[in-house]
Amino acid sequence: MQARRLKTAIAATAVAALAVGIAGCAESDRGSSGDSGGKTGGTFVFAGSGDPKNFDPIFNDDGESFRPARQIFDTLIQNKPGTADLVGALAESWEHDATGKVWTFKLRQGVKFHDGTPFNAAAVCFNFDRWFTMKGAAAQSQMLYYGDVFEGFAKNEGDATGEPVYKSCAAPDDNTAVISMNRYKGAFPGAFALTSFSISSPDALKKYDADSVTQSGDSFTYNDYGNLHPTGTGPFTFGGWDKSKGEITLNRNPDYWGEKAKVDKMIIKIIGEETTRKQELRAGTVQGIDFPAPADAAALANDFNVIARPAFNILYLGINQKNPKLRDLRVRQAIAYALNRQQLVQTKGPAGTKVADELMPGTVLGYAPDVQKYEYSVDKAKQLLKEAGAENLTLNFYYPTEVTRPYMPNPQEIFTALANDLQAVGIKVNGVPRPWNGGYKDDVQKLGKHDLHLLGWTGDYNDPGNFVGTFFGREKAEFGDGAMTDMFAAIAGADGTVDEAGKKTAWEQVNRDVASKWLPAIPIWHAPPSIVVTKNVKGLIASPLTDERFNTVSLS
Amino acid sequence: MTNVLAEKKKARLEQLAQAAAEPGGVGLWREALRRLRRNPAGMVGAVIVLAFLLLAVFAPLIAPHDPAQRFKELTDNLRADHIPGAMSGFPLGGDPNGRDFLSRLIYGSRQTLFVGVLATLIGLTAGVTIGALAGALGGWVDMLLMRLTDVMLALPSLLLAISLVALASKSSQWTVIAAVATVNVPIFARLLRGAMLAQRESDHVLAARSLGVKQRAIVLRHMLPNSLTAVIVQATLTFSVAILDAAALSFLGLGDPDINRAEWGLMLGTDGQRYFEVRPELAYYPAIAIVVVALGFTLLGEAMRESIDPKNRR
Amino acid sequence: MLRVIVRRLLQLAVTLFALSILVFVWLRSLPGGPVDAMLGDRATPERRALLVKALGYDQPILVQYWRFLQRTLVGDFGASTRSGDSVLSVLGRAFPATIELTVAAMIIAVGLGVPLGYLAARYRGRMPDNLSVVGTLVGISIPIFFLGYLLKDVFTQHLHWFPPSGRISIGMDNTHVTGFFVLDGILTREWDASADAIWHLILPAATLATIPLAVIVRITRASVLDVLNEDYVRTAEAKGLRAKVVRQRHVLRNALLPVVTTIGLQTGALLAGAVLTEKVFNWGGLGTEITNSISGSRDYPVLQAVLMLAAIVFIVVNLLVDLSYAVIDPRVRVR
Repeated sequence: MQARRLKTAIAATAVAALAVGIAGCAESDRGSSGDSGGKTGGTFVFAGSGDPKNFDPIFNDDGESFRPARQIFDTLIQNKPGTADLVGALAESWEHDATGKVWTFKLRQGVKFHDGTPFNAAAVCFNFDRWFTMKGAAAQSQMLYYGDVFEGFAKNEGDATGEPVYKSCAAPDDNTAVISMNRYKGAFPGAFALTSFSISSPDALKKYDADSVTQSGDSFTYNDYGNLHPTGTGPFTFGGWDKSKGEITLNRNPDYWGEKAKVDKMIIKIIGEETTRKQELRAGTVQGIDFPAPADAAALANDFNVIARPAFNILYLGINQKNPKLRDLRVRQAIAYALNRQQLVQTKGPAGTKVADELMPGTVLGYAPDVQKYEYSVDKAKQLLKEAGAENLTLNFYYPTEVTRPYMPNPQEIFTALANDLQAVGIKVNGVPRPWNGGYKDDVQKLGKHDLHLLGWTGDYNDPGNFVGTFFGREKAEFGDGAMTDMFAAIAGADGTVDEAGKKTAWEQVNRDVASKWLPAIPIWHAPPSIVVTKNVKGLIASPLTDERFNTVSLS
Repeated sequence: MTNVLAEKKKARLEQLAQAAAEPGGVGLWREALRRLRRNPAGMVGAVIVLAFLLLAVFAPLIAPHDPAQRFKELTDNLRADHIPGAMSGFPLGGDPNGRDFLSRLIYGSRQTLFVGVLATLIGLTAGVTIGALAGALGGWVDMLLMRLTDVMLALPSLLLAISLVALASKSSQWTVIAAVATVNVPIFARLLRGAMLAQRESDHVLAARSLGVKQRAIVLRHMLPNSLTAVIVQATLTFSVAILDAAALSFLGLGDPDINRAEWGLMLGTDGQRYFEVRPELAYYPAIAIVVVALGFTLLGEAMRESIDPKNRR
Repeated sequence: MLRVIVRRLLQLAVTLFALSILVFVWLRSLPGGPVDAMLGDRATPERRALLVKALGYDQPILVQYWRFLQRTLVGDFGASTRSGDSVLSVLGRAFPATIELTVAAMIIAVGLGVPLGYLAARYRGRMPDNLSVVGTLVGISIPIFFLGYLLKDVFTQHLHWFPPSGRISIGMDNTHVTGFFVLDGILTREWDASADAIWHLILPAATLATIPLAVIVRITRASVLDVLNEDYVRTAEAKGLRAKVVRQRHVLRNALLPVVTTIGLQTGALLAGAVLTEKVFNWGGLGTEITNSISGSRDYPVLQAVLMLAAIVFIVVNLLVDLSYAVIDPRVRVR
């Protein structure tokens, strides 16, 4: 009320003082909307924390770029809302042959892209072939998930050597797409649900020159498709991105094949600061924010709906076996016993955080209920250190700054607590803070300068290979060159098992051995990231993969 | 290449420097002290500065606890969204890591003093060296050194500090100190050079020169000591700028990365910001401490500047 | 006059050239770099190497600088490593935002500072004097980001008088012409947009204004005191002119000269303060680009351009102040 009056006063003054001389220079070109940012009833405003890179999903890999992409596009298979289980989307059903190399998709009929062109098997093949035959180092280097899952291109640029997993795509009829692989990978079918593999309109791709990613000096310039005309089949169409205001507008797609959006419009407002997002929520200008700081959760819960997503992540303490002392399993076990993870979860974890016993969440296939657990015990830690002759151990403990991640909302405080635990059993800790993009990843993942480090992961899809396989599937500077070749072999074996039951058994054994035999890292916790909406927002289904589709959201 | 800004600053600084350098010696200081005592704002500043220095020096005696120690009482009820408040033995409660907040505030004076003094001293030493070389040698050395300060003055100070901090391959408290110090180098250099130039033509230097005293001796014994008055006044003012800049860097996430060190700017820029809604005291107390100390040094510095300003001599 | 301007502009070019080398070399020697940020958390070292090579970051710094210079001289300022937007379009968005903020802050500082300084001088040594001088000193002793937080907390979270952040209300359908939102609203007769933009400007501008305020108060006070003691003022008073006329005709006008200079001198402080203020108020200007580029994406091309632009603004404003000084007061000859 006061605000409105003040604003009116300002308006009057502004008009009187400034307008007289300058008016009439330019005519407004906007429509009839005269309402100054007030509620229109049908607009859902969500605060994002950073700029998307662009809107072509294949060139993106981060949550801020995926949030709008998930509203505009669909994938063949989707995660069932609120879970990491798979459910049909553009494909109604799918199956693979006995070798696991040929995947047949039965496609949904009558689906149209936003530009009115029909979705069919030819469109699916067009997209898969587009990715496979993408040219140019610039474009290929930006296709992170494609590189991860499909490993190589028709023609790899530069020194890249990846052997392509993808072989070909065939469209025997309009509603059947058959995708053939060169070899089986455990990542499928989960990986088909990755937002990066969203299906675009072939017409729009061609019309707006989607494959052109050009190098301009030190950087890449994207094309009109990714910047201005992303065209999918999703519940919202792309309305525009006003960068000087930091607003992305999405409009309701009245022809959506699934549950049509309840709101007319969705705006993603980009607000970099955590505190400011919260204040805008309190001011009522935005109706939803993501990843509130754990510190604010309780206060926010009084006035808003704080929805905790099921934790689909892991924070771990990595151990670098380049240090010969750390090659001794007993020393690594001593470190595990020394950590009071229960207390850490209690004092620093967001509500609902659980101590992790394995390096993947319990909902993932191959989670073994009976791995060796390391209950907090100063005595056991000290004794193991003594047995190993490592009582005077000094370790360089690297931790990141300038970053928060859903699994690691406060890295410095986590470090402080863990370092304190280690010191309590007589290990001297030399803390080394490094900026996340300013050397931390280099030092830890490329150069292996550390002895201990904090890192974690949010899963992309429901597959043990996406967790344990990613961490320990091959030799990495992160964990040193300890003789863990048997671990690499065991993981490769489990990942290559096509038969479901066999796969489960194999991964369970891997998890048991990781915990008791190899212990390359100590799992710390699974922390559920939250999403907060105002009380009048109904129907939001939070996803463990942060794969929220806002078509179900309504404002009351 | 003459930078406009440098010209302006130079003019201002030289005026002050000349004033300070004029009669020279003990008489000025005694006179200044007398006038300072009559300036109430200056006295308030002096008292604040003195109290701050005492707090920093005797922190171990005053603080109830070790600032780095985690206490069971404070960690038991610690949660991600709750930090225990005042309880017996811990009058201000805990910090986000289960340590005694009061002790950290008290020890914070030490670290703040350390950062402020060191940043000021390093800036002063480097600036004075450059200014003295330029002022004493003149000619192309002067030209070159002054052009260097021009380029440094071309970027707004905090931007320069931000740039310098990011440059360090490994950030630490030292990078913060170095960055804040560097920003002040050109100011001190300009100031001292102005004073030295004024000295060069003054009677006692001319007298010494005519008596055959060597150039080096003239610079070290006569010109430099008499030029330092203005520099010392500036240093007092620089101190408050230094602790404010250090706090700003912390706020931008470019400060000292070791959050275990108790320093006010750091406490305000990290914990204070993060837990503002949960426990605003974590922000208020270090902020108040910074404001009071910065104000103290500014009041004292302004009073000193006024007291050596010839306009006020009556 | 013209010769002076030409010479100053030449000097500006030389300073900028030296600065460009410094900034370039500095950026390239930072650890990490834009490649890490571009690739995100899932990148493998091999992929990183591919990109480093593709972008030429593996070349010697001198070679990189030579390429950069070649491109810059033909007007190609590069593109953001994060979004691929051309640097010019990034600056075209960010620059008006920052100028709008700093100009508003300056208006508040002058509008408040000159009267306060004048009062302080008239009542020298009495209550108004002490209050305004000490009050503004307290103002500059508060870390500006903390002041921003306090103002925000009080005025947006408790009183709800102002919006917490941004330059304009979410969903406001305003037409962009110049990028200055207040001006755009006037040009297009979208009065509500102008009013809304001013409404959003007030808190951040007030926060930023505390930086130059203290200096302006003190300078005004000092120069008014100087002028009051001048012979011509005494003459005017002796002639029996009314006090009000003396004040307006002689004292204030002459006393304002140093204030003009101060505005120039404060530009640097304002730009630096804008970095902090913009972060607090989510103001998408040059400061936001700087902080995002440094700690987030390490966006070299953008960072480089923004720093150079800040230096240009800084130097040019001081040049303008010098020139205006000469115009206002013929006794001052520009060297």
